[in-house]
Amino acid sequence: MSRQTARLHIARGDSGAVPRIETFEVPFDPGNSLLDGLRWIRATQDPTLAFRFSCINANACKECMMLLEGKVIYACTERLHEGDMHVAPLPNKALVQDLVTEIAPRDERLLR
Amino acid sequence: MMRLESDVLVIGAGGAGIFAALAAARDGCRVHLIDRSLIGRGGATVMAQMTVAVALGEQCPDHWEYHLADTLKAGRGLCDAPLSRLLCENAALRIRELDAWKVGWAREDGHLKQALAPGHDRARCVYVDFLNTGPAVSRTLRAQLNRIPAIRRIGDVLITDIVVHEGEAVGAVGLHLLSGEAVALEAKSVIIATGGLTRLYRRNSGSLNMGGDGYALALRAGAELVDMEFVQFFPIGHLAPRMIGMDPIMWDPFRYKLGGRLLNAEGDEFADRYGQAESGDYVLTRDVATYAIFKEVEAGRGSPAGGAYLSFQHVPEADLRNAFGPVIDRLAKNGIDLTRMPVEVAPIAHYHMGGVRVNASMETRVPNLYAAGEAVGGASGANRLSGNALTEAFVFGERAGTVAAARAKSRAASGWNDKAAQPGLDLLNSRSSGLDLPHNSAALVVELQALMADNVGPFRTEGKLLDARQRLEQMQRELGTVPPGGGSHYNMVRLDWLDLRNMLLVAQTVVRAAIERKESRGAHQREDYPGMLPAWELNQVFSYQDGKLGLSRSPPVKAAQ
Repeated sequence: MSRQTARLHIARGDSGAVPRIETFEVPFDPGNSLLDGLRWIRATQDPTLAFRFSCINANACKECMMLLEGKVIYACTERLHEGDMHVAPLPNKALVQDLVTEIAPRDERLLR
Repeated sequence: MMRLESDVLVIGAGGAGIFAALAAARDGCRVHLIDRSLIGRGGATVMAQMTVAVALGEQCPDHWEYHLADTLKAGRGLCDAPLSRLLCENAALRIRELDAWKVGWAREDGHLKQALAPGHDRARCVYVDFLNTGPAVSRTLRAQLNRIPAIRRIGDVLITDIVVHEGEAVGAVGLHLLSGEAVALEAKSVIIATGGLTRLYRRNSGSLNMGGDGYALALRAGAELVDMEFVQFFPIGHLAPRMIGMDPIMWDPFRYKLGGRLLNAEGDEFADRYGQAESGDYVLTRDVATYAIFKEVEAGRGSPAGGAYLSFQHVPEADLRNAFGPVIDRLAKNGIDLTRMPVEVAPIAHYHMGGVRVNASMETRVPNLYAAGEAVGGASGANRLSGNALTEAFVFGERAGTVAAARAKSRAASGWNDKAAQPGLDLLNSRSSGLDLPHNSAALVVELQALMADNVGPFRTEGKLLDARQRLEQMQRELGTVPPGGGSHYNMVRLDWLDLRNMLLVAQTVVRAAIERKESRGAHQREDYPGMLPAWELNQVFSYQDGKLGLSRSPPVKAAQ
């Protein structure tokens, strides 16, 4: 299987600012997930990229919800593909940083 | 800085932490249940695919003493027998409790269904179909939690240090990940329920948050760790083709229900060459299977991705569908048709037998400090029996919550001391300029995982272990003593630093214990010391003082009270 390249355009920033779009060229093997791609970016390009996940690949924790092409998806079950992919934080939750939003139920937060 | 106060502080909101919180609240305590991610969704519990071992006698006659005998046998002489006994004897209470809470254990002909798992002498493991034990248990426990106002649930808080004053635990300090602010949590008793250390390894079946936090917290607080050399590898973790949205240990349930054939590249079943023949049934224990697969790969008979083949091609499609229904469709979406192809599997870091040393009341040697679940060491000795992990979480969680509540009620105040909390808070309030680590912090985690997988896996040699020790010491120096950045929202680099601080300390205990144990036993296999030696029927115990690890040895506690 030959390596392919996805071009990830990621909305970054915190709640105080207009999001800036940063683009990363992500090489991948067919079958790799969007979460694989985001983790590759952190380990090789930019460790400050913020996103949340817990169970890594099993779609058990439901933490890695974000927007891909404007649709709500789980990063762990969406596959990377050749070409442009646009990734953004959930629009209906308070933005914390980059792709991290406040997703915990209100009564499970430190600051309610 | 936020300051919170409770009777019982529970760190970690998986199965053990939730059972602990429920028990403490039942006994009249105000509880704080803290997790670094979401409540009841992280950790290992939610990942459980199938089996929970319990001598219910529903499928066939059984007694907890038979379950205990199997547990002790699997532990290869190193179990702390009172802990193993507690696990087996109290299992039925907790499993019935979950049944009453409508977890949905599989039933057949008016009784709970119990599956036969490797290492058990009879059908003993309850489960929820299909591959749904973990999610069902988590959902059920969350529903119980939400009914109880005395339990305050707080996610997105990473506990970084237990606060100890005059030798006693008085609370903890942590980082609120969303705001980047420090939090002080005062409590009359503290329970560590943070799970194991699977994140130390490249290929693992745990959650991201299982980086051994609780072991490091306990060590720095003055508690001891035991049996740290025994990391359980799950032999048939999914390897290829790439599969998404499914747990890598999902082939275990397939083996329970359908048997399956473990094959090498030549298409031969090979387990019999390593002492355990299979004839259609799933009887291969985890340590033997892991050994057999590694040896076949080493001999050049591995699958293309470096593991073994697992085949269900001999199983009729109707039987597959009957046993796993919707899971067959999820496999199809991943391009996997079990009637036409085998999958590739290989050992994957799965569970830690070692952990915080406690007695059968879950007490560490530090007053007011308890541990529960996988964070505890000793119940499984050198090798854990299939199905005992969730049982341990439930039983030890409930026990820790009960004992910690009684302790909290006997104390008028937490004894919190600002000075004692100061070093931990100073670390969290530190501000250092920019990203002044010499390397990418996420890459350092990846490097640590590669080092542990390549040098401190299930098969060990002195040379590789010594190399690992040297590299860990070097990484420790590179990490420094002050976390990078500070104060900002969800700062991933700072989080990596705090995680590495724990992971490196815990990795050093695994490596050092593995260097010292010059024999092979259960999950610790030394290629340079292949036999199991009676003289090594000893537990290795770590303590930590003035930045130095101390190691001692003692015979296991044998008498089951």
